[in-house]
Amino acid sequence: MSELRRLNSRTVAIVLSIALVIVVFNALTTGAYTIRFGEVFTVLFQGPAETSDANSISHAVFWNVRLPRVALAIVVGASLAVAGVVMQGVFRNPLAEPATVGVSGGAAVGAVIAITLGLSKITLGVQIFAFIGGTLATAIVYGLSRVDGKTDVVTLILTGIAINALSGALIGLAVFIADDDQIRTVTFWSLGSLGLATWRAVAVVLPLAIIGIALSTKFARTLDLMALGDRSAAHVGVPVERVRLQTIAIVGLLASSAVAATGIIAFVGLIVPHILRLVLGPKHRDLLWSSALLGAIVTLLADLAARTLLAPAELPLGVLTALIGAPFFLWLLRKMRTSESTWS
Amino acid sequence: MNHEKTPVIKCENISVVRARKEILCDISLHANKGELVAILGPNGAGKSTLLSVLAGDLQSETGSVFFGDKPVTEVTNRELARLRAVLPQRVTVSFPYTVAEVVEMGRGPKLGAKDEDLVENAMQRLGVAEMRNRLYRTLSIGEQARVSMARILAQDTQLLLLDEPTAVLDIGQQEKLMQIVRSLVEEGRTVIAVFHDLNVAMSFADRVILLQNGRHAASGTPRETLTPETLSSIYEHKIDVIRVNDDTGPVVIPGPRRN
Repeated sequence: MSELRRLNSRTVAIVLSIALVIVVFNALTTGAYTIRFGEVFTVLFQGPAETSDANSISHAVFWNVRLPRVALAIVVGASLAVAGVVMQGVFRNPLAEPATVGVSGGAAVGAVIAITLGLSKITLGVQIFAFIGGTLATAIVYGLSRVDGKTDVVTLILTGIAINALSGALIGLAVFIADDDQIRTVTFWSLGSLGLATWRAVAVVLPLAIIGIALSTKFARTLDLMALGDRSAAHVGVPVERVRLQTIAIVGLLASSAVAATGIIAFVGLIVPHILRLVLGPKHRDLLWSSALLGAIVTLLADLAARTLLAPAELPLGVLTALIGAPFFLWLLRKMRTSESTWS
Repeated sequence: MNHEKTPVIKCENISVVRARKEILCDISLHANKGELVAILGPNGAGKSTLLSVLAGDLQSETGSVFFGDKPVTEVTNRELARLRAVLPQRVTVSFPYTVAEVVEMGRGPKLGAKDEDLVENAMQRLGVAEMRNRLYRTLSIGEQARVSMARILAQDTQLLLLDEPTAVLDIGQQEKLMQIVRSLVEEGRTVIAVFHDLNVAMSFADRVILLQNGRHAASGTPRETLTPETLSSIYEHKIDVIRVNDDTGPVVIPGPRRN
């Protein structure tokens, strides 16, 4: 355990970039309609305008279905993973993640409320409500887990459990009063899927993701210092409470905009940073960008599996990530309890 | 010893009340350049609370703390980090950071050009440079204490506030650490430290302040202050101070176990 094997950050950057390109190509070509490898370049260089060529189906599938879906997977995956890194750093706990702390649940509730109010017909109506719900949940978690001006981690996780329970109940209530059409949409939000990926969704999430990820890199060094605990971090000059408020706002931004686009996709923000901490070490400067890359890769792969495993049926992506993520969470919990506890 | 007119740090008439209980009452204390001041007293006397007030962590109900001429309330968090470093009793570091990374944390939020040297020197001085690539959380408690001390040193401040720096160290490590602390003081730094071990204070401190139930009980040079009469009264147990030989200072021991 004390024997240290860490990979050079440049090696990891190269490996992850190559992996991302390979996975992107696979995701672009694989699916209900197969686009041949060579065709990808042809239709790509034809541009998005409609064509009447022999490959018009490939062209339409590529530009209207595959590419927006791949783009959304990349943006959402990167957002969720970076949100996870920031949240774990600021709460000094590898179990903190937008979904476990209740932020994603809050965003889903916002979306579901918008749907049952019939706002899904309004442009961005659902997204805005999801954003409000997620930010509100973040604020509640933050407010309730603070005692004497400090954020207690156990209280944080327990607050997350309560928020998740409340979210589940509210979504259940919405299902109860919704009509059949709405139930289908509600189910989509609570299960999480990239199936409704459109260019418009990408256009909404992309700028928010870029802002959130760029802002989070400003906190790389500060998040390292937070590992010393509140008091010692303050002693070396970190304005702890201000940093906490700002980083939580970033998490709210990244997680809510991701959930607004795809519904709850849990555990990406948990698994990705954990793997990279093993490979690169815990320093946030490297952890942040590498998590963005690996988050994109993992989400793309999970989505690829979700739409091919039971083809022609499509598994909900959020269900798939939870099936893998929840046991991982339990394993991590056990490992933390048997090794040195980081609960305080 | 090099005493300047303005103390590096002083506090006047400090009182702290928590849950209607008076933890500190009317405590005044100062420390000059090149001085090691020890805070002593029984369990619950308020030693660590006093150190927290001095560090700027805790606001006192009455009285004030001054860094030089400046009241602590007018010093920002970042300025404070350049004026004083604080060693808590124990630091747990979350996530698998290496020893070198932990020591580097002493340099605070903004890393600069000279930081590498300060970190390297601090690690060399505390003898933790060989374990630089080991993970902090896998070290023994004693090793962690030395790494934390190296981190405090890397912060490169005039004033060091240490809360029981030797509590988890064996007698050899304790002597080594205190000699390092003593050499820092000889170089002109100021150290205020809480000690449980009266003999450490006797051997290494320039001045001591004894607290009892949050109040000032006695203060002065260790040899004048740590007398059998004073200690027996403060610790509510018979305590002797004996001379072993001319080379070592007086030694504090519990009084006879059979009357």
